[in-house]
Amino acid sequence: MTSPLQQKIKITGPSVITANRTWDGIVIWRTTAKGWSADLSDAAIVRTADEARALLTESIADDVGAIGAYIAPVDLRDAGAIKPGNLREHIRSAGVTIDLPVPV
Amino acid sequence: MYAYDELDRTIINERVEEFRDQVKRRLSGELTEDEFKMLRLQNGVYLQLHAYMFRVAIPYGTLSSEQLRRLAHVARKYDRGYGHFTTRQNIQFNWIKLAELPDALADLAEVGIHAMQTSGNNTRNVTSDQWAGVAPGEIEDPRIWSELLRQYTTLHPEFSFLPRKFKFAITASDHDRAAIKVHDIGLRLYKNEAGETGFEVLVGGGLGRTPFIGKTIKPFVHGHDLLSYVEAILRVYNQYGRRDNIYKARIKILVHELGIEKFAREVEEEWLQMRDSALAIDDSVIKDIRSRFTYPVYQKLPHMPDELKQAAHDPHFEAWRRNSVAPHKAPGYAIVTLSLKPVGGPPGDATADQMDAIADLADRYSFGEIRVGHEQNLALPHVARRDLPALWKALDRIGVATPNVNLVSDIIACPGLDYCSLANARSIPIAQELTRRFADHDTASLIGRLHINISGCINACGHHHVGHIGILGVEKNGEEFYQITIGGRADENAEVGTLIGPAVPYGDVADVIEDIVEAYLALRARPDELFVDTVKRLGVEPFKERVYATR
Amino acid sequence: MPLVKGGKITTDPLVHVADDAELPGEGAILISATRFLGDAEALSWRAGELGVVWPNNRDLDDLVPHLGRLAAVALVFPSFRDGRAYSQARLLRERHGYRGELRATGQVLRDQFVFMLRAGFDAFEVRKEADAEAFAATVKRYSVFYQPTGDGRITALHRRMQLRHSESAGQ
Repeated sequence: MTSPLQQKIKITGPSVITANRTWDGIVIWRTTAKGWSADLSDAAIVRTADEARALLTESIADDVGAIGAYIAPVDLRDAGAIKPGNLREHIRSAGVTIDLPVPV
Repeated sequence: MYAYDELDRTIINERVEEFRDQVKRRLSGELTEDEFKMLRLQNGVYLQLHAYMFRVAIPYGTLSSEQLRRLAHVARKYDRGYGHFTTRQNIQFNWIKLAELPDALADLAEVGIHAMQTSGNNTRNVTSDQWAGVAPGEIEDPRIWSELLRQYTTLHPEFSFLPRKFKFAITASDHDRAAIKVHDIGLRLYKNEAGETGFEVLVGGGLGRTPFIGKTIKPFVHGHDLLSYVEAILRVYNQYGRRDNIYKARIKILVHELGIEKFAREVEEEWLQMRDSALAIDDSVIKDIRSRFTYPVYQKLPHMPDELKQAAHDPHFEAWRRNSVAPHKAPGYAIVTLSLKPVGGPPGDATADQMDAIADLADRYSFGEIRVGHEQNLALPHVARRDLPALWKALDRIGVATPNVNLVSDIIACPGLDYCSLANARSIPIAQELTRRFADHDTASLIGRLHINISGCINACGHHHVGHIGILGVEKNGEEFYQITIGGRADENAEVGTLIGPAVPYGDVADVIEDIVEAYLALRARPDELFVDTVKRLGVEPFKERVYATR
Repeated sequence: MPLVKGGKITTDPLVHVADDAELPGEGAILISATRFLGDAEALSWRAGELGVVWPNNRDLDDLVPHLGRLAAVALVFPSFRDGRAYSQARLLRERHGYRGELRATGQVLRDQFVFMLRAGFDAFEVRKEADAEAFAATVKRYSVFYQPTGDGRITALHRRMQLRHSESAGQ
C-alpha cells in the first residue's frame, strides 16, 4: 500500500483534511488548533498542495486518534461558509440521502 | 438447525477475547491502523463513510429465532435500530463503535453467532440455498456439508492470508438459488451412478471488475474427499495467486491466466499427494455433523385446509400466497418468503422491531427457524399451510408481506454511496424510485419474473452483472451516472449481462428501466416468456434502440 | 529483533551473513537461498550449522534435496498479509518430513503466532519486543482447532468422535 504522503498531492481548490475517529468511527475534520472536530465549520482550510501536504502529514501522525485521513474539497462560495465540495463529502457530513429505517 | 456444542462455543468465545485484546491494543496505540486493519477486517469490521460497519455471518442462511432476537438486540443496543441483510447471507450494522464491538460480539457469541472472516483475504461465510432441507426434490440437505466447510475454513492456519477474499456456495437442487456459478468455489451436490454423494466442483466464478462464470474443475468429487480437494485448490491459489495487483488477485484471474485445464492439473497433482490425509472425511464424521442438525417433526396435514379455502376469497391474500408461498417437501407445509423490499424502502433492511416480530412468528409458525436468501429477503421454512392466512396478516402488519418476490421491485442493491466508502454512486435511492414506479401489483405480475440488481461501484456487491437488468453506478465529472446491462442471470444458466450503451444520469435511470420493460412487454413472444428469455432470443439491439432513440 | 524459540526469548545462535559479506570459517550461519544454491555442495561440508532463508515465491523443489543437511530453514513474511510461507511451512513439515528449525522471519507479529505454530514454525524472529514477550500468553489464546495440520493438535471433529466413543463405551 502506498502511503498517502508518497502519492502526488494535487488540489484544485480550497480543501480540508477529513478522517474518522478511531474509537467510534464518526466523521471528523482537522482543525487549525492541531486537533479534530466533528463539525465541518471548524475545519482548517488549505489552498495549496504544500499546505495540504503539511496538514495531511500532521493528521496522519495521529494514528491513535483518527483513521484514513485524506484531502477533501470544500466549497466556500456561500459567504465563506464551509460546505462539502462533492456528493460523497456532502453525504459524509450531512448523512445519508434517504430516510433511515428507524428515525434517529 | 445446527446446534453448537462446547467446542464450537469455545472457539467463538476465544475469538471474542482475542478481538477484545486486539481492540484494546489498537485504542492504546500499541497496534497501528496498518497492522490492525486486516485484524478488524478478519472479524467483519469495515470503515465506511460515516462510521464503522460490522458484518455478522449467518452461515448457510439459517437462523434460529433466538439468534434473530439477538441480532435485533445488537441493532438496538449498539447501532441505530436496524440491520441490512446482504447478498452473501450476512447482516450488516452501519453505525457501530469500535470500542463497543467486543461487547456486541460477546452478546452474539452467547447464541452461537460470530463475525469471523466476514471480510479480509480469507475464506468468507459459506453460503447455500435458503431453502436447503425443505425444497422439494432436493438431493440432500447441503447444510451438512456447508457446516463441515464452515468449520474447516474457520481460522484456517494456512489460508487466513490468501491473495484475496475467497467465497464458497453450495446447492443441492436442480434450480440453483445459491448463485454457485459466481463464487470462487461453487459446489453442486449430486449422487453418482453408484448412489454416492459428491460434488461437481466449479472454480473461478466471480463478479467485480472482471466478471467470470465459474468453470467445472472436476465433475465429481466424492463427499469423503471434499475437504482435501478444497485444500488442494486453496493451496495452489495461496502459492500462485497474484499478489502484485489487488484487481488481479482473485482466483478467477489465476484460473483465467493458467486456463482451467492447467489449473486443474496443478490441483490434481497436489490433491493426489494428500487425499488420504487427516482431511479424508469418513461416514462417522458426516453422521456426527448430521446428528447435530435438528429437523422439525412435521404433522400429517392436509394440502388444502379449510382456512386456506376461506382465505382464497380475499384477493390480497391470494396475491401474496401466489407470489410468496412456495411448495415444501412435506405435504401440508409451505416455504414463505418475507419480502424486505417494501415500496419506497431500502432493499434488505429490517428494523429491530421487525426482527423481533419475525422471531416470534417463527416460533409460532415455523419451528423457530428463519432463513436468509442472497436476494436479501427472509424466509420461514416450515409453515403449515393452514396457518398461512394468520401468518400473512401478521407479516402484513409489520410490512414484510409485499407480494413482489422475484418481481421487478424485488431489487438487489448494495448500500451504495449513502453508506459505502468504495461507492461511486448511490444505489438505494435508485432502488426506491424503481419500487415506486412498479408499485402496482397487477403491472408487476403482468411483467413477471424480472430481477433488477444495482451496484454503486465496479466491485459489484449488488451483483449487477447477473441481474436480468443490471445497474452500475459510475462517476463522471463529479456526477452520478449509471450503466445498464441486460440479459444477466445468476442461476444454473448463469450469464453476465450485456451493456446496452452509454451511461445515463441519475435522474434518467428509472425512465430508462421503464422503457426497457415496456419494450419487453411489446416484444415478448408469449406472456410467459420471461424478460431474460426475450433478451436471449432477440439480443440487446431492440432494447438499445428503444432506450437511446430519444435520448 | 528478538528471537523466540521453545516458547522463550533466546539469543540467536545463527549469524546472519549478507550475500556480499565473507563467510566466517566456522560457526552457525544463516544465508540466503541464492548464496546457498550457488555453492550448496561446498557449504554442506563447512563446519558449523547451516540455515537458509527461503523466499516465499521460490519453489520448494530446489530446497528439498538439501533438507537433511540444514539446521534451519527461515521462511519469509514480507508483510504479515502475505501468507505464502504458511503453505511452504506445512509442505516442509508434513510432506517433506523436515524436522530442523523452521523459522518465521519478516513482519512477524503477535496475532499470527497461533497460525504459524499450527503450520509448523518453531522459531520466530519477532518484529516487536512487546510481541515477543507476549508469546507464551498469546499461543494459549485458542484451545480448540477445526483443522488437522502436522502440529499434532487434535481437531474438534476428532475430539467429538472420541467423546462420542467414550460415551457409548460407558453405557
